[in-house]
Amino acid sequence: MSNTVIKVENVAKQYRLGEIGTGSLSHDINRWWSRIRGKENPYLKIGETNDRTIKGDSDYVWALRDINFKVNKGEILGVIGRNGAGKSTLLKILSRTTLPTTGSIKIKGRVASLLEVGTGFHPDLSGRENIFLNGAILGMTRKEIKAKFDEIVDFAGVERYIDTPVKRYSSGMYVRLAFAVAAHLEPDILIVDEVLAVGDAEFQKKCLGKMKDVSDREGRTVLFVSHDMQAISTLTDTCIYLENGSIHSSGPTNDIINNYINNSRNKEIIYIATEKSDIPKITRVELLTTLPNNVHHNGEDLSIKIKVIVPFAIRSAWLAIQINDNKERNYIQVSISNTEMPLFDHAGDYEVIATLPKCKLFMGKYFINIYIAEPPGGQIFESLLQICPFEIVMFNNYREYPWREGECAYIENSAWKISKI
Amino acid sequence: MYKVINKIKLESIIDKNEHWDLEIKPKSNLFDLNLKEVWKYRDLMLLFVKRDFVSKYKQTVLGPFWHFIQPILTTLISFMLFNVVANIPTDGVNRVLFQMTGIIIWNYFASCLTNCSSVFVSNAGIFGKVYFPRLVMPLSIIISNIVQFGIQLLLLICTMILFVVLKGEHIYFGWAWFMIPIYIFMMALVGLGLGIIFSSMTTKYRDLAVLLAFGIQLLMFATAVNYPLSFIASKSPKLYNIIKLNPIALLVEGFRNAVLKGNVDFHSLIYPFFFSIISLFIGMIMFNKVDKTFMDTV
Repeated sequence: MSNTVIKVENVAKQYRLGEIGTGSLSHDINRWWSRIRGKENPYLKIGETNDRTIKGDSDYVWALRDINFKVNKGEILGVIGRNGAGKSTLLKILSRTTLPTTGSIKIKGRVASLLEVGTGFHPDLSGRENIFLNGAILGMTRKEIKAKFDEIVDFAGVERYIDTPVKRYSSGMYVRLAFAVAAHLEPDILIVDEVLAVGDAEFQKKCLGKMKDVSDREGRTVLFVSHDMQAISTLTDTCIYLENGSIHSSGPTNDIINNYINNSRNKEIIYIATEKSDIPKITRVELLTTLPNNVHHNGEDLSIKIKVIVPFAIRSAWLAIQINDNKERNYIQVSISNTEMPLFDHAGDYEVIATLPKCKLFMGKYFINIYIAEPPGGQIFESLLQICPFEIVMFNNYREYPWREGECAYIENSAWKISKI
Repeated sequence: MYKVINKIKLESIIDKNEHWDLEIKPKSNLFDLNLKEVWKYRDLMLLFVKRDFVSKYKQTVLGPFWHFIQPILTTLISFMLFNVVANIPTDGVNRVLFQMTGIIIWNYFASCLTNCSSVFVSNAGIFGKVYFPRLVMPLSIIISNIVQFGIQLLLLICTMILFVVLKGEHIYFGWAWFMIPIYIFMMALVGLGLGIIFSSMTTKYRDLAVLLAFGIQLLMFATAVNYPLSFIASKSPKLYNIIKLNPIALLVEGFRNAVLKGNVDFHSLIYPFFFSIISLFIGMIMFNKVDKTFMDTV
């Protein structure tokens, strides 16, 4: 017996785009006619890769194509990819809410999937009734739920509200209760979509801990999909990177995350856009670094030069710059708005220079996000994400012990006073 | 090269000997109902039934009394309309009881059918997120309607007792009542069968849902709910022959005769029986074909 508990072979999934109406009836008839004549489904031959940014010729797309992988017992496998890469489709097939168009999946053991927290929660039922209902939907028997009931209530921390209808719960409490039920499932394989995006930080941590526990101690297999690279890297050892419906790469999590980041980011050190637009648009972003190739010394002034074409006057404009690292954690945000100084209040071409005096970022690799918008809630004219990669070095900042990467995020000035008493 | 081939061979041998609990393939057997799995989820089925009852009248003052109020009011209105105003005969049985019997059995069938027929569309939210045997849902609908019918049957019996005590009327009570479960069961089969045929077809084409919404009202007139079949036979034999094609009409009439008069006509059960078996069979096949992938089209 091998250790494999999930084996995915040549899985593909085709979807039809557009509306289902009279057109689909004629396609159905066509399909039926070819089946009667013993031919294969004519619509399986066509179909394009699922790149949503490009307009296609065919109504059929492959959301997944040629997916092959194995998962071993006790492994936590992460699945990453951009929106529309096929992550959710893969999870749907694995959790049997839909079937693949071709290929097969073999599974050993009981599977529970958590594509959403609180599936089947009824707002009018009390917390207690919903625990039983939700647990049964997820595949537990009444007896199992009864045995775990106190533990679930305790984990969720909603003891006081347990006999109140869940529609009276705060959204946080609702999610805690729902996750608590799911966390106490005892499947051999647990499939988790990005359900942790809700709930407060403390509870998220508790959930991640619980998931890690589940696989380490009890030898359970977990499949985990997330956009949160932080969660993926702390939780998983191996990873699959999906792109446009096929596996781009798979292997140790750190390598795959690097692949993903390098692939999804702009590598140009100067951002240039030439397309025309009738709303305000950034045409060029350049960093004025102390060293060539966007390498900058820690502690020196860092300037960001932005060229903007503004086709019409904006009444109240707002421009923000964020600096984040390759795990998409934001370290710095600076912004300027028309309440501080005139900003894009006439049509025309502008040059904006933002300077961070004595940039204190720790050594490492960073990216920039830039937004031009009306004040929060208004229209967003331009948002550039992950552009102008740059590196901070610390050659000039001497220390007796060498600096280690990831030691901190920021070096602050400090004043010390030491006296013997 | 040799080694590689050897390895592949070895892997395929291991693979063949391995036991997999579950295999997900594009197509599955149409006749494989997987009742064993449904049985495993019996707790869920009962919890759905409980949910239906607990949530239905939450935050109402009268609560469970609504189970009684609705049939009582409908009975009174029908009695006024059909018996007092239109003066339709009732084959010699008490006119109020005649209406009430017809109404509770019809309500039972109508809600089995309409609830089952929207099972995919109205539960898409749950079905899209979690797997459990889809058949659990329509079965729980049937069970919860049977329970509801049981409650209304109690109401009918109470009304009968009331007529006996207050008015001293003679009311049938006897062995024919043992036929009640048979009628209930057959109606459940027809409701389930037709319901899942409709629900399977409406996942892609919603037209049938529109048809059913008013069709069920029209069907009520073509089902001897408020009048006896003998009345139609005496007025228009042609129409009578058409109405006899409606298995529900035969079941309603048969149920009423068994409960109120103690007449059981096994002959009239043959056609509804075959109708229910065939509709259930077709329904199951269609359900099986649709339930695995309907999330893509619903």
